[in-house]
Amino acid sequence: MATQTSTQAKSLALAKTTTHSKGRLRKLGVAGLLSELLKYVVLLVLAISFILPFYWMASSAVKNDNQIYTVPPIWLPSPALWNNFWDAWNTPSLNFNLYTYNTVVKYAIPAAFGTVLSSALVAYSFSRIRWIGRDTVFGLVLATIMIPSWVTIVPLFIIFKQLGWLNTFLPLVIPRFFGNAFFIFLLRQFFLTIPTELSDAAKIDGANEFQIMFRVILPLTKPALTVVALFSFMDAWNDYFAPLIYVNIDSQWVLALGVEKMRAAVYEMGNQQLAYPYLMAVSTLVTLPIFVAFFFAQRTFIEGISLTGIKG
Amino acid sequence: MARVIVNPLRSPAERRNLLLGVIFASPWIVGFLVFTLIPLGSSLYYSFTRYDLLGDPVWIGLRNYNLLLTNDADFRVVMYNTLWWVLISSPLGVISAFLMALLLNTNILGRSIFRSVFFFPSIVPVVVTAFVWQFLLSTQYGAINGVLQGWGFPIIPFLANPAYVKPSLVLIHMWSQGSAMVIFLATLQDVPRTLYEAAEIDGANSWQRLWSVTVPMVSPVILFNLVMSLISGFQNFTLPWLMTQGGPEKATEFYAIFLYRNAFQYLLMGKASALAWFLFVIIVLFTVLVFRVSGRYTYYAGGGR
Repeated sequence: MATQTSTQAKSLALAKTTTHSKGRLRKLGVAGLLSELLKYVVLLVLAISFILPFYWMASSAVKNDNQIYTVPPIWLPSPALWNNFWDAWNTPSLNFNLYTYNTVVKYAIPAAFGTVLSSALVAYSFSRIRWIGRDTVFGLVLATIMIPSWVTIVPLFIIFKQLGWLNTFLPLVIPRFFGNAFFIFLLRQFFLTIPTELSDAAKIDGANEFQIMFRVILPLTKPALTVVALFSFMDAWNDYFAPLIYVNIDSQWVLALGVEKMRAAVYEMGNQQLAYPYLMAVSTLVTLPIFVAFFFAQRTFIEGISLTGIKG
Repeated sequence: MARVIVNPLRSPAERRNLLLGVIFASPWIVGFLVFTLIPLGSSLYYSFTRYDLLGDPVWIGLRNYNLLLTNDADFRVVMYNTLWWVLISSPLGVISAFLMALLLNTNILGRSIFRSVFFFPSIVPVVVTAFVWQFLLSTQYGAINGVLQGWGFPIIPFLANPAYVKPSLVLIHMWSQGSAMVIFLATLQDVPRTLYEAAEIDGANSWQRLWSVTVPMVSPVILFNLVMSLISGFQNFTLPWLMTQGGPEKATEFYAIFLYRNAFQYLLMGKASALAWFLFVIIVLFTVLVFRVSGRYTYYAGGGR
């Protein structure tokens, strides 16, 4: 319990706000006030430029074929065609229910499961077992982050083709069961914070390494495992490139490919002006789960990102 | 434990630990061999062949490399585009992430809200980023040109003009630097306050504190973000592929797009492998160069971890 708190405390410290020296506000003169004001103006302008594209996406999603090309642009469409979401999702010739199923059940869930399991095993080896050459191998793991994935894409494609794996999700899912360097690094950092006494006590009680890992270490690092699961799920949800190469037939399309095909599908329907509203409608729907997840787990997201980057 | 071990592997405990360690690390070891090392080797082999996936690879020696370097006008355009992209977008991306982090690290109200807002674009699906920005920047229906037109300004062909398209993509790149920003912010918050207090006592103004305390203290993270950004910059694919398909007039035909076309549209697996290895060598050289140059300017607490 104590270790869990210390882990959390450590990660909390990362996101913690820094308090500035107290005397600062008192010392503010006119110039100081102006610079404070300027700071908030810059922050607000930035914030608007970050939010506006999403607002534009969502508001365009409910426009009709006239509202979409009005100058100056309409920011608050009236009437708002809420039906667009339903109609776009059910565009004939596309099947977004199927793409959602493919994305989640065939890709994201198995990929997240494989990533968590394999990365945890490897991270355990690099943090809780002392073996000769461990640090050299760990250095190698970190070095592989720099190998561009494009270098291996041709042979991997050929191998998967020869195995008959093209147009299945195996080329996307199976490699996830072999550890991910970023997540190995992240989990190792967490595993290192747990005192060795806990492992020793379990060993004395007759537990083997697997039991120590699954019964002692993993329960204590649930927050970190959640981060890894969340990120790898999201990677798969957002992935466009691997599905483009390996599972590019319509019965196996994922959401990213479905969104890409939206414009062509609307053109096929005959009313080209609806291409952008429909495209924005499905874009909004595909972004929504990410937004909701982020809204409820902001701290998890931000700490997770911080931890993958801090290595000095 | 007090016993002196001459050959570490002589002790049964050490041998058992090695075995266990390797077993636990085996997913990565096997994965590295199967999905990285062996493909690296075979792509080197394919790069010396002509291979269209139908017949067997035919050995043609250095011909693929030769043709690329001496007799391929497209390749020269692609190299120019890619180097332009890496040299402009990576520093600008890192700088904008750093500046946003600096801003968020000051004493402001609503920091976590701003942080979330700045961060969010980096986790939305790339497909969405691509189409939303394509729409925003479009000359016909785009919000930005719509507003400009409404104010009486001429239309700017952000994505339709070869001179504007790369800067437009850089802008979108800077817009989605949330992860780098969060990493910077976490690092900035780890800089000991005492250093700033000491600098203040010595009479340093805020500009001097930034250059003499903040930048040196976070320099390893600047380097990390820069290297990661260079590596991914060389492999930039999805955004230009979805937004401009390499156009207009090949202005966004980047390395990865060119490689993708050769491999998966023209099925020139030999040429694509030569491209892949050439890219690998360039990335390694760039990374080494960045580490060399930065070595003098990077500060590692505790004398280099």
